[in-house]
Amino acid sequence: MLQRLQHVLGIESLNAEQILFILDQSKPFQEFQRHPLKKLATLRGKTVALAFFEASTRTRISFATAAARLGADTMNLQAESSSLKKGESLIDTVRTLEAMRPDGIVIRHASSGAPEFVAERLGLPVINAGDGMHEHPTQALLDALTIRDRKGKLEGWNVTILGDILHSRVARSNMYLLGKFGARITLCGPAMWMPKELEGIAPGTRRVPRIEEALEGADVIIVLRVQSERIHEPALAAEEYILGYQLTSERLKLARPDALVLHPGPMIRGLEIDPVVADGPQCGVLEQVTNGLAVRMALLYHLTGGAPVDAPHPAKERSNAAD
Amino acid sequence: MRVIEKRQLLSAEEIGRTLQRLAHEIVEKSGGTKDLGLIGVRRRGVPLAERLAKIIGSTARAEVPVGTLDITLYRDDLSTIGPQPVVQSTEIAFPVDDRDLVVVDDVLYTGRTARAAMNGLFDLGRPRRIRLCVLIDRGHRELPIESAFVGRTVETSDTEIVEVRLREIDGEERVVLVDRVA
Repeated sequence: MLQRLQHVLGIESLNAEQILFILDQSKPFQEFQRHPLKKLATLRGKTVALAFFEASTRTRISFATAAARLGADTMNLQAESSSLKKGESLIDTVRTLEAMRPDGIVIRHASSGAPEFVAERLGLPVINAGDGMHEHPTQALLDALTIRDRKGKLEGWNVTILGDILHSRVARSNMYLLGKFGARITLCGPAMWMPKELEGIAPGTRRVPRIEEALEGADVIIVLRVQSERIHEPALAAEEYILGYQLTSERLKLARPDALVLHPGPMIRGLEIDPVVADGPQCGVLEQVTNGLAVRMALLYHLTGGAPVDAPHPAKERSNAAD
Repeated sequence: MRVIEKRQLLSAEEIGRTLQRLAHEIVEKSGGTKDLGLIGVRRRGVPLAERLAKIIGSTARAEVPVGTLDITLYRDDLSTIGPQPVVQSTEIAFPVDDRDLVVVDDVLYTGRTARAAMNGLFDLGRPRRIRLCVLIDRGHRELPIESAFVGRTVETSDTEIVEVRLREIDGEERVVLVDRVA
């Protein structure tokens, strides 16, 4: 039997069986998104703390919607809020949230390892919603779900990841995940954004500087967001990036004809991706968004639902009292 | 704790005959098959609903749509049990609005599954009517729920379990009454 998941801190520590379990459990929730009445009472009375120490719109809305559709309430902590600006430490902030008795906590933080740090100190299930340059596990899971749906299976694809791989937690989580399912991963981007160390994340990963070569034979192309603050002269001008690495419809023809294009969003049309590709039939961006809800509902259901791990069953408590 | 088999409630042949009768009753009491839809509750309600639809198809010469309902997300005991039960898909490929639905399950016991099934169906639309059809009604209701179509009513004690074994799932076909002994 599958060991009960206590936290989802990263993909690296999950095994293939656990990943497939999460993907399988996301299927009923995918179907649920098509229901006319999108409100369950499954987690009624449960509270999920959304602790976003780093600005986020899409991921935060996705988790908040997932919780709401399961019937759970949410407490929101946002980067813009004042206590963080007043200099309170991470542990003090999350202990304050814990004192309000949530049943689980979703954390995004600019420092790699922050969710793990919190998980070690709090007696609550923790879900990592992105930590520094480390991992973004729910993004990799929703990407995997999209790949499995579109291409019929998850195993053995040629996957090309384009862009700023060095700073991308999305790239790392995807490499860990797809590497466990036999993907042949090709990284492509400016040399300063793909250091050799990245090859160690998934077996057989190669780095290819020329986009034309990197796209050849690709079954899945993951286009990463290019953060505007990292694009500036003299290091790298936007025109240079567009010329060298934008996924254009011409370049997409070099990949397999049925290649799937993914992007974690927010997508900047005209920079890392050509609008024609973004709106084309090979692009799975909007499915990724819907699948994100399904994956997050499945995780919230399994992690925050049910009795706390150590809590005695109410029935057991009664029978003990009778002893 | 182990279980011992006390007696057989239905043989394979009796299950077949019971389903024939239930199929007839459903058509008769519905005044035909118009708007009728069968909803099998996972797991063993699913093959039973499919068999009923097949019988109705051949005797009343009408195709009755069959859907599959997973009630896991609608259970009322989720906050008190340990690891969360695995969720399975609900597959109802026809609109339930204004349908005359018959929810099919193997055993009616506390009534909590039927309550959960109704909640699940309401999330999909507004059926005109929902009735229940079970192979075995074993009593001990905890909710005001009754079944319109019952294969057999059996008196049971709290410790007993009615086990419905169907060839599609269990590889054998019979209904037995078992008891838990310490």
